[in-house]
Order: sequence, then C-alpha cells, then structure tokens
Amino acid sequence: MALAPPVTEAPPIAIARQPTPRPWRGLRPPKSLGVRIGLIVASVLFLLPLYWMANSALKNIDELSAFPPTLYPHAPAFENFVRAVTYIPFGTFLLNSVILTTGVALGAAISNPLIAYGFSRIKWPGRDFVFGIVLATIFLPFPVLIVALFDIFAKLHWIDTFLPIIVPAFFGNPFFIFLMRQFFLGLPNEVSEQARIDGANEFQVFIRIIMPLAKPAVAVVIIFAAVQAWGEFLTPLLFLQDESKYPLSIGLQFYRQEHDVAYNLLMAASTLIVLPVVALFLAFQRFFIEGITVGAVKG
Amino acid sequence: MIAAPRFRRFRLTPDDWRNLRTALPFVGPWVIGFLAFTVYPIFYSLYLSFTNYSGFGDATAAGFTNYQHLVKDPLFWQSLTNTLYYTGLAVPIGVVVAIVLALMMNQNVREVAIYRAAFYLPTIIPLFALTFIFIVLLNPGFGLVDYLLGLFHIPAVNWLGDARWTKISIVLLAQLGAGGPALIFLAGLRAVPTDLYESAIVDGAGPLRRFYRITLPLITPVILFDLIYGTILGIQIFTPAFVLTGGTSGGGAYTAGPENSLLFYVYYLYKNAFQYSDMGYASAMAWVLFVISVVLALAIMRWSKYWVHYEVT
Repeated sequence: MALAPPVTEAPPIAIARQPTPRPWRGLRPPKSLGVRIGLIVASVLFLLPLYWMANSALKNIDELSAFPPTLYPHAPAFENFVRAVTYIPFGTFLLNSVILTTGVALGAAISNPLIAYGFSRIKWPGRDFVFGIVLATIFLPFPVLIVALFDIFAKLHWIDTFLPIIVPAFFGNPFFIFLMRQFFLGLPNEVSEQARIDGANEFQVFIRIIMPLAKPAVAVVIIFAAVQAWGEFLTPLLFLQDESKYPLSIGLQFYRQEHDVAYNLLMAASTLIVLPVVALFLAFQRFFIEGITVGAVKG
Repeated sequence: MIAAPRFRRFRLTPDDWRNLRTALPFVGPWVIGFLAFTVYPIFYSLYLSFTNYSGFGDATAAGFTNYQHLVKDPLFWQSLTNTLYYTGLAVPIGVVVAIVLALMMNQNVREVAIYRAAFYLPTIIPLFALTFIFIVLLNPGFGLVDYLLGLFHIPAVNWLGDARWTKISIVLLAQLGAGGPALIFLAGLRAVPTDLYESAIVDGAGPLRRFYRITLPLITPVILFDLIYGTILGIQIFTPAFVLTGGTSGGGAYTAGPENSLLFYVYYLYKNAFQYSDMGYASAMAWVLFVISVVLALAIMRWSKYWVHYEVT
C-alpha cells in the first residue's frame, strides 16, 4: 500500500499561531461548559425576583413568614388571587390602567411616525439642528417639570382626568421619534420618489407608501409605549388624586395601607400586574430586543 | 450626539421654503408639545421659584427667599447628598454590570437567545412591582436574601431598616435594569471589526488583553452615553424610595426611611410641592435640579475627552 506520508508537521507559520498544547487538554470538559454555567447562574439571578414573587403569591401567611423560607409553595394557596382582587377595587384600577395604556399607546402610534417622517424624509433647513433639540430633551429630568405641569393642568381642570397622562403622548416622545427616524432613514429614496412622480403629495406618500412598510417599527413603538404606560408611577401619582381614578400602580399602594401589608396578597396582585407584561414579552421577544438595538447601531 | 448647525448663507431658496412648508405638518406636533409641555413649564417654574405659592389663590412675589431658605435647609442638603451618594454608586456599578451582561449575551452558545431574554426581562417589569418584590426578598424576618447570606455565614443585614443599607438596597434594585443598556453595549460589541481580534490573537494577546486593548476602547462612546443617561436617571430616583417608605399612607407625617436615608432630591421636592403645598420652594428645587443635571452632563462630556475613542487608532 502506497500511502502518502502522514503530515506530521504543519507549516511553521501555523505552529506559531497555535497555542502551546497542555497536557491535561484531553481531560478538560468542553470550553462552553464553564461559559454555560456562568450564563445560567446569571439568568437565575435576574429571574429570581420574578420567581420569588410568584412563589410568595402562592403561600399562605404562615408559610410566607416561616424561616428558612420555602423554595416553592408547599401548600399552594390559589385563593390568594381571588382574595387579592376582591379586597381592593382591583377591577376599577385595572380598567383605569387599561384606559391609560391604550390611550398612551394610541398617541405614540400616531404621533411618532408622523414626527419622525418630518425629521428624516423631508429635507428642510435647520432640520438636523432641531432634531438635536429633540435628542437633548432625553437628558432633561422630568421631575424638573412636575410642579409647573401640575399647576398648568390644575388651571385647565385636568387633574383627576386621564388627560395629563394621555394627551402628551400625542405630541411625540424623543426615544420613539429617534427609533422611527432610524427606520425611515433606512428606506431607499426611490420608493417615495416614484409616488411623487405619480402626483402624490407628501402626506399621501407617508400614509400610502411609507407607513405600510413601517409596520414593524410602529409595532415596536406601540409595545414599548404600552409597557411603559402600564408601569407608570409618577404621573398618575401626581395627576390622579381621586381613588376611583387610580391605575394599578397607585392602587397597590392604597392596598398596602388598607391591609396592614399581607405580603402574599400583595405578591398575588403584583403577579397579576406583571403577567401581561411577561406574556407580551414572550410573544414579541424579537421586537423588544431588536427595538433597542435598532437605535443603538448608529447614534 | 447633538448635531451642530451647519453654517451657510442665511438665505432660504424657494425650494427651502417649500420643504419647510411640507415638513411643518409633520414636525408641528412635536414643536407644539415641546413648547407646551417642556419650554413653558420650565420658565413657569422659574417664575414660581421667585414667589410664595400654595397652589391655590395667587402667587405673591418673594424675591430670592426660596433660594435663601434652600441653602439653609438641612433636609435639602441631606436630600442632595443622598441622591449624589446613590447616583455615585448606582451608575458606575450599572455600567460594569451592563458590560458584563453584554459580554455574556455575546457568547457563542446555541441557546444564547434564552439568556438574552432572561437578562432583559426584568427591565420591562414595572418598577413599583419590583420594589414590592424587594420588600419581600429583603425582609429581615423571612427574606430569601438574608437566608442565602446565612448559608455562607454572612451575618444578616437589615436592608430596609438600617440607614446604612437602605440606599445600597436601591442600588441593587437598579441593577435589575442593566439588561437595557446591556443590549446597547451588545450592539457596540458586534460593531467591533473581527479582524482586529484575529490579528491580536496572532500577536499572542490573551482574552483579557484583547478586552482591555480592543473591546473596551471601542465601546467607550457607549460607556459615555450610559454614564450620562444613567446619571440623569439616577438624580431622578424617586419611585423605589416612595414605595419602600409607605408613600401615600400616613398623610405626610412619616419620614423617608430610617433617619431620612431615602429622602432623595425628587422625593423632597415632591413633599414640598404636594404635601407641604409650598410650590414656590419646590420650583426653586426644580430649577436647582435642572442646573445640576446640565452641569453633571457637561462635566461628564468634558471628562470624556480624555478616554472616549471615536475611531480605531
């Protein structure tokens, strides 16, 4: 048998690149194992609060107060959820949260694409300077405005209505304008040019040509706006004082004073509030992760 | 970040005018909202800061008295130091945690999407709900955290009852939000040209050296953004402290945590405006906060000239 001589020596340049062989190399577990353990430990750490919320929500008060704490509910008390929603006007708070969230998401969906279009697909003098002001408002701390805003809304008789929270959403949000603008800048100019040649005005180009293409970006804006409105705390605290107008974020506070802090019920109520957010995240995970990175690539 | 205006002859061509007219209906809503909900309130609160105003009736001129009282108000100084202490801890730690998370999100394992989701999920959970969960986790009687520390023979800490630990608790809570900035860092890591790493490997650079010499310099612009944005968010810290200390219960007679250790700047501003009905004083606080935020942002920008790399050298 005429075999070619086995290649025992690699070309010198390759040897130089090779790491020095280690005697225990064969006994080592694959490199990805250590990485995976680290990733899993970190994931557990970040998901632990959510697990502990659900865990505590299902314990009766004796088990919750036990030390050491039980790592899972030994006697799951599902009735906690029923008690949590009946002890406080949960339905009213929920309805208020839904109205606020819907209103803010609607306002964001309408205003931000419109505004971003004006900052990306029309070239007007001073545009980039004004867009710089839009971005600068990201760095303005909102609490600077709260005293004046409260007084302005009070004079408009808007306190104890949803208007102070919903109306500003119809005038755009710098993050969402930035995100939509990035998307619009990525669309080729030809798509609008053809429509303009066919005699469409700018608004028709926006509605008929650009918006159908922008559905994924609008979806990202709606999702982020809804999640943010659902968890909003400061603005309802300031502008809604009548308990019948409270959303869930403020309603839970109210619940705590009423019931001398029954933590398991508080956790049950929190679980019900967090659940839709988690469901939305699992359903639209791609949108969340991409939505953040879209704006990040070129800032 | 802010585009500088391009200088040119200050004359608009008919085309410019036409484009301006076309753009106005699109950007108009932002302009109106900006004027009504940002510019006007800022100047209105500047005016209020020179008045005595309870929120009812008329504001009466007060000159500089609100600002004079601020300087002499020990609670103002405590709220400011509390806030700077919190921000000074939470922001640098937050940058490090976010970079570590981004490096983890960038690992070449098949199920990496699951880990990314796990790191990101807490950032969209409402902050008030996370605060409630922390009350249970950190409870000195039955909390999981003290139990786990006990397993390693670390003495229990009264996280929310001991003035030395209350702010640390909120710093920890804030780290659950690191998944958001981590995604931006991840995009930054992805943008590093791979041939840089390849030639570094040829030169015999180990992973640590590659990180310090290649990765870190190239993500300094993201670090700058995260530092500024984190600082602006940090000085606004309010919700966790408000929820932890019982917030609306007790009718305003309560303190903001043990020894007022959770009396953050915005919390004290809120109390002055909405519990003590001293809108003029609160407006003065708002303006001081505005100035502090601008000064901090500019200071970080200036400092960044020494360490931000905008291109590969």
